[in-house]
Amino acid sequence: MIKKFIRGALALMILVLPGVGSAESVKIGFVTTLTTGAAVIGNDMRDAVNLAVEDLNGKMGGLDIEVIFADDGFKPETGKQVTDKLVKSDDVDFVAGYIWSHVLLASQKSVLNADKFLISANAGPSQLAGKLCHRDFFSTSWQNDQTPMAMGAVLSQRGVSKLYVMAPNYAAGKNMVAGVERTFKGEIVGKDLTKWGKDAQLDFSAELAKAKASGAEALFVFYPGKAGGAFMKQYEQAGLADKLPLYTVFTVDAISLPKLQQANMKAVLGSLTTGFWGPGLKNPQNARFVEGFLKKFGRYPSFYAAQSYDSIFLINSAVEAVGGDLQDRDGMRAAMEKADFPSVRGSFSYGANHFPIQNFYLLEVVADGNGNWTTEIRSTVFENHQDTYVADCRL
Amino acid sequence: MDSALVMIQVLNGLQLGVLLFLLAAGLTLVFGIMDFINLAHGAFYMLGAFICATLALWLDSFLLAVLLAVPITFVIGVVVELGIARQLYQADHLEQILATFGLILIADTLVQMIWGPEGLTFALPEILNGQVRLFYDVEFPVYRILIISAGLLVALALYLVVSHTRIGMLIRAGASNRRMVEALGVDIRMLFTLVFAAGAAMAGLAGLMIAPITEASIGMGNEILIVAFVVIVIGGIGSVQGAFLGAMLVGLIDTLGRSFLDDFLRLFLSHQAAETSAPAISAMLIYILMAVILTFRPQGLFGVRSS
Repeated sequence: MIKKFIRGALALMILVLPGVGSAESVKIGFVTTLTTGAAVIGNDMRDAVNLAVEDLNGKMGGLDIEVIFADDGFKPETGKQVTDKLVKSDDVDFVAGYIWSHVLLASQKSVLNADKFLISANAGPSQLAGKLCHRDFFSTSWQNDQTPMAMGAVLSQRGVSKLYVMAPNYAAGKNMVAGVERTFKGEIVGKDLTKWGKDAQLDFSAELAKAKASGAEALFVFYPGKAGGAFMKQYEQAGLADKLPLYTVFTVDAISLPKLQQANMKAVLGSLTTGFWGPGLKNPQNARFVEGFLKKFGRYPSFYAAQSYDSIFLINSAVEAVGGDLQDRDGMRAAMEKADFPSVRGSFSYGANHFPIQNFYLLEVVADGNGNWTTEIRSTVFENHQDTYVADCRL
Repeated sequence: MDSALVMIQVLNGLQLGVLLFLLAAGLTLVFGIMDFINLAHGAFYMLGAFICATLALWLDSFLLAVLLAVPITFVIGVVVELGIARQLYQADHLEQILATFGLILIADTLVQMIWGPEGLTFALPEILNGQVRLFYDVEFPVYRILIISAGLLVALALYLVVSHTRIGMLIRAGASNRRMVEALGVDIRMLFTLVFAAGAAMAGLAGLMIAPITEASIGMGNEILIVAFVVIVIGGIGSVQGAFLGAMLVGLIDTLGRSFLDDFLRLFLSHQAAETSAPAISAMLIYILMAVILTFRPQGLFGVRSS
């Protein structure tokens, strides 16, 4: 009887205690927004991460993959809190994710000072590309300025001479404006930075009226997440669709398009955006990702999802290179610096600040074969483009 | 500064003003008459938007959706008053704040469970989607004019009810001295339910009117509720006229600040400094206004209760 009891207790211990009797695991903390209206972005990223883990059969370098998702609540202070918890109490090996630049900036020290790797799957604030660059920080997205720089170049090529600019008033919004100003050769006749965060301004009537009266020939905006959908509707309602052509970055994407289609906002069809990726980009990894995502979730992945999928494969390349020896941090870092993994954007290389040197494309909003609205690549704007802040990075 | 643009921005300010008024009217009456701080008032704004969006997508008619969504929010208001709010009238303000804050969390989570986190959007009928030429070169979206007119109509109706009917007389009496009204034998509980539900319906109307412009999204009510509180503090708690004036002031100052502050600052600041400080200052303007008014008139512009 007593023997039976002891045997039972031992069996129970093995089941309950982590690390006893089961293989060691790679722990990845993934910080994104899972509440508030921005949760729609976070859910897309979480789905992509889960798909990547599935596509890797749940293993990296012989170790089990364990992903812990954490919600930043769209707030820098909450983001830092959950990051601290991932680093200190969950003792993860990698912290990845981060939609928002201000959340990433608030959280980065907690990760980097604790000697963990930090992988941004979206935010690309100029500070982390320049003065705050760090050997343990990697990006699987872009530096904020790059995409609007591509758009500035497109606007100049298309002969636009007067531009009106709108963006939210936070770290990335300012970077987006700086980016388009750097490459746009004409005159910027007006600029609005609107309130952002949990109580963001969503009624743009005053700004749109100013833009209309400014004599601009084109309107450049950056409104990620739910603000993008709200902006597009008001742009159409203000009667600007045929007067002030719209050029966007990170505003019209796989997250806002299904809703715009549901509301039949035809003004968005044909509008132009720039980006490092589109669902139709031709390479084997992207085909596998987009098909897998469509099959599993029944919708197109967004660029947020693409970057998140890449972040797991980047981590995989590091863990594989050291054969699962998570103590060999130099080995993992060297492996990641090579960017030697199948990326959904095709092959690319890392700059000294660990931001990708990659192509940027011009995309147009179209209806696909099944009538679903999506973005399609029209031309290459920049080849192997590197951000400008790398000059300030001392690594 | 071009006068057509000023004109348009004044209209935009009025539109924000009437939305704030619809929200603040219920808030100020509930606060003034029942001495009940309802942080969850914004939930009715959100529910109005979601219910209307669902009905509009389902019935394929915006008008029908509005006609149904307003009574539905009224009924929800009655249920919440009878089931929850009534138990809290005797509690002190801190307990009311804690309880209604809990209600916010429940409402937000319920909406997330029913409609998902991504929010709902729907198209306006063609006739409302266009522009109307007011005169020479002033064009304004038809739908925003409709919002302004609807808001002003509700304000007028509310004014007539409050100042020219028996119920309105009881409401006013309740706001200035609740005990006395009770002592005179009026069924104050009925009155409370009615006022609470009417406030909910007006908040719902505001929410469903803004939904086609922004969208129905989780937490939309909490964002605007803070401004609605500023409105009732400026206008004076318990006063519908105060709420109207306060809402118009806040709507106009916020919109005009956002539109013209950077041009104004450029008169005496460098281009760069004006550009970076204008968004920050314009976000603060309404709070500065509130502070100034509180300094000179602590009871608000139309304060009825001398505390």
